[in-house]
Amino acid sequence: MELALTLLLYLALVGTALAIIFMRRLFAVVILSGVFSLLCALLYIVMDAADVAFTEAAVGAGISTILMLGTIALTARSESLKFNPSAVPLGVVLLVGGVLIYGTWDMPNFGDPTAPVHTHVGPDYIARTPVEVDIPNVVTAVLATYRAFDTLGEVAVVFTAGLGVWLLLVNGFGSGASRRDSEQKDGKG
Amino acid sequence: MDHHLILRSVTRLLVGPILLFGLYVQFHGEYGPGGGFQAGVIFAVGFILYGTVFTLRRLKAIVPDWFIMGLVALGLLIYLLTGVVTMILGGNYLDYNALGLSPIGSQHLGIISIELGVGITVFAVMMAVYYAFVSRPPRLDDKDW
Repeated sequence: MELALTLLLYLALVGTALAIIFMRRLFAVVILSGVFSLLCALLYIVMDAADVAFTEAAVGAGISTILMLGTIALTARSESLKFNPSAVPLGVVLLVGGVLIYGTWDMPNFGDPTAPVHTHVGPDYIARTPVEVDIPNVVTAVLATYRAFDTLGEVAVVFTAGLGVWLLLVNGFGSGASRRDSEQKDGKG
Repeated sequence: MDHHLILRSVTRLLVGPILLFGLYVQFHGEYGPGGGFQAGVIFAVGFILYGTVFTLRRLKAIVPDWFIMGLVALGLLIYLLTGVVTMILGGNYLDYNALGLSPIGSQHLGIISIELGVGITVFAVMMAVYYAFVSRPPRLDDKDW
């Protein structure tokens, strides 16, 4: 049953990806990439990674879709039809794809109890969390207690990213709009 | 979007539950899936949905630019100051056991505090990015899409 569900989801994922490639209207492409994210979230749920699925659904399907829609509202609504078949990009794609598939041969099987991720610090956190932190969600315990420094770094990254986007696109704080207007007037004059 | 009656009605119904769900994910993150990152995004989605359907002008009347930029910094400050407080109380940076309750209670207090910081910053950054993208001039009719 789980295998059938996984295969069905992967097929739907590939189908969505193909549709995205062949679609010309960017509005449809953006909505389909939202669908792609939701299918990924379902796959994570099947793999019992509820926290990751949650994030994928909220960020991938929610915020990214809105930001992409905002972007195509500012740029173009359909893909240009220029298409020059060329051997070089195809070769690069096949080479990189081949290397990636070759890399997966060394990976442990999904759910393998002897995989490094299950034998390194993982069991330690799982054993210590009920005693030291006493919360059911070990992911939160690792994120907020054992790895609080890492999370601090992540929040700082989010902060910096937000600040950067704001400074680049809004052009300064408060006086931005008026300054842009005056620049445009200068340009025309 | 004045002529989209269904969109406006459904949005009115949805915004409240989305915000409530965001708060639930924020404060229930230790017990269920989720935490500050997801909660911040979900909370922002509630506002962004409102802004998309009921025009950006009305959203900015509720949540102005300066307020969002303040929150961006406030969240990170809450996180950083939690670490400073544990240092003042005699522990290492972000060593919650210095907070002085029972060992488990201190851990919970520390986790709630930094998750609040994470949630506020992520919410505000999502809103800031949305404002930055959508505030720019072109406004399209339905047919243009």
